Amino acid sequence: MQLVSLFAATKVDSLTFILGAVIILGGALGVVLARNPVHAALMLVQTLFGVAVLFVAQGAHFLAAVQVIVYAGAIVVLFLFVIMLLGVDKEELVAAEPLQNQIPIALAVIAVVAAELLLLGRQRWATGAPSVVGRLEGPSRNVEQLAEVIFTRYLFAFEATSVLLVIAVVAAVALSRRSDGSDVDADYIAGIEAAEQALAEESDAEVTS
Amino acid sequence: MNLLHLLAADPLFNDGVDVGVVLIVALKTLITFAVLMVAVLFMVWYERKLISDMQNRIGPAKAGGRFGVLQSLADGIKLFFKEDLLPERADKRVFRLAPYLSAVPAFLSFAVVPVGGTITIASHQTNLQLADPPVGILFLLAMSGISVYGVMLAGWSSGSKYPLLGSVRASAQMVSYEAALGLSIATVVVVAGSLSTHAIVVDQSGAGPGGFLPSWNIIRLGVVPFVIFMIAATAELNRPPFDLVEAEQELVGGFHTEYSSIRFALFFLAEFMNTVTWSAIIVTLFLGGPSGPLLGVLPDWLWPIVWFLAKLMVFLSVYVWFRATLPRLRYDQLMDLGWKVLIPLSLFWLLVIAAVRVESWYAAVAIPAGLAIAFLLSRAMQVGRARVEEKVGQ
Repeated sequence: MQLVSLFAATKVDSLTFILGAVIILGGALGVVLARNPVHAALMLVQTLFGVAVLFVAQGAHFLAAVQVIVYAGAIVVLFLFVIMLLGVDKEELVAAEPLQNQIPIALAVIAVVAAELLLLGRQRWATGAPSVVGRLEGPSRNVEQLAEVIFTRYLFAFEATSVLLVIAVVAAVALSRRSDGSDVDADYIAGIEAAEQALAEESDAEVTS
Repeated sequence: MNLLHLLAADPLFNDGVDVGVVLIVALKTLITFAVLMVAVLFMVWYERKLISDMQNRIGPAKAGGRFGVLQSLADGIKLFFKEDLLPERADKRVFRLAPYLSAVPAFLSFAVVPVGGTITIASHQTNLQLADPPVGILFLLAMSGISVYGVMLAGWSSGSKYPLLGSVRASAQMVSYEAALGLSIATVVVVAGSLSTHAIVVDQSGAGPGGFLPSWNIIRLGVVPFVIFMIAATAELNRPPFDLVEAEQELVGGFHTEYSSIRFALFFLAEFMNTVTWSAIIVTLFLGGPSGPLLGVLPDWLWPIVWFLAKLMVFLSVYVWFRATLPRLRYDQLMDLGWKVLIPLSLFWLLVIAAVRVESWYAAVAIPAGLAIAFLLSRAMQVGRARVEEKVGQ
C-alpha cells in the first residue's frame, strides 16, 4: 500500500532512487561476494557512489561531494594501498572459515539492525518527500546550514572528533619510530647488506659447482 | 550574497524544463565534448612543437603542412589500428576498466568550467558552461579523486612490477597534493562565499584594487594561493617536474607500460585533457575566468570566450615551459615539498585570509603568530635532521 507513494513522487525522482538503490545494493553484494580483495574494494567504491547519488537526489549536494572526495577519493585508496603493498591481493579459499558460527551471528545482527531501522522509521516506508527536517534550498545553503550546526549545536562533538584525529596522527608517527631512537633506514641498510651477502654466497656456490 | 546565489544558477532552467531546454543541454554537451577533443589534439601538437622550438629542434613537420598541425590526429589514427595486447598475468576486468576510470573523470571535470558569459539560443538564455552544480569546485576535487583509481588500478592490474611501482608512486603523489590543492581552493571559496564556479567567476568581475587592476583572486589573495595551486595542480597532473610516476629511466613507462592501442590512447587522452582542464580551472579560480574588457569589433558575447582562450593559452604554454626547463624531482623531495612546505603554507595563508575577512586587525595578529610557528617548525626540523645525521655519522 504505502509503497505506492514511492511512485507518487515525480518520475525522475523515483527513477533516480531506484537507480541509486540498484547501484548501492549491487555494490554491497559485490563487496561480500567478490573473492579478490581489490574487486571487493572497487565494489565498495560503487556503493559509496550510489549513496552520493541518493544524497544529490535529497538535495544534499555538499554531503554528496564530500562522500566522494573523502570516502571514495581517500579512504578506499588507502585500503587499496594496503592491499597492494601487503600483497594480500590473492583470491581466498572459501572452504576455510576463519570465524566459527559466523553465518548465524550475521543473521542475528541483520535482524537486530532491521528491527532498529523499522522502529526508528516508525514503520513508515519511503514517501518520496524529502526526508530532512528543514528544506535545503538554493545553492550553497547546504554548506551554511551544515557549518551553523557544526559550530553551534554540535561544537563539542566536532572538536572532540578533531582531537581524536590528532591523537591518531601522533600515534601513527610514534609507532613508525623506534624506541631506541635509531632510524628506520638502519633496517633498510641491513636488508640491502643481507641481500648482497646472499647474492655473494649464491655466486660462490655457482663457481664451486 | 543572495545576488551571487541567484547568479550562480543557470537561467536556462528558470521557466521549467521543456523539449527545447533538453535539446540545448544536449547540444551544449556535444559542443563541450567536441571542443575538448579538439583542444586535446591541439595541445598534443602544441606541446611537441613548442618544446622542440625550446630545444632547438624542428618537431612535427610532415603531417599537415610545414608545421605538422595534423600530427596528433595521425598519431591517434595510428593508435587505433595497433594490436590491443592483454598481458597474460593481468587482472582482465580491472585492466579493461582502468583507462575509462582515467578518461571519464577527465571529461567530466571540464563540465564545471565557465568558458564565456550568457548567450541566447531560440529565446532561451543560457550560461556558456555545461553544468553549474552548487558544489562546483568540490565536484572537481571529487573527479580528481576518482582519477586516482584509473592510475592505481592500471598499474596493479597489469600484473608486472614497473607499472605497480609507478602506480604506487602516482597515487601517493596525487593523494598528498590533494590536501594542498584543497586548502588553496578554500582561500578562494572564503572570499567568493560560494562553491559554484560561476559565482566564483562573477565574484571576480568587478573593479579591483586601485580601480585599474582587475579584481582577480590572484591579486586579491596575495600570490601565494595561486602559486600553491599551480604547483599542486602540476603534481596532480603528473606532469614535469613531478612526472616521476612515469620516469622512463627507472620505470619504463610507469603505470601504462603494459597498455597498447586504444587503451593507451585513452590514458594519453586523459592526461592531456586534464592538462587543459586544470589550466582552465586555474583561469577560473585565480584569473577571473572569461572576464575582460569588451573591445568592440567582435560581437559582445564572443569577447569573454576570446579572453578565456587567451588566458588558457598562457597556462598551456607555461606547462610546456615547465617541461622544457625543470629537472624531475626525486621521490623524497616531492613528499617533502608537499607535506612540509605546501600544506603548512596553505594552512597559514587560509588562516590569514579568513582573519582578514573577519576583521583586518586579526590579520595583524595572525601573520606574526604564523611566522613564529613557521620558525619553530623549521627549527624543529633542523634539530631533527641534525640528530639523524649525528646517528648516521656514528
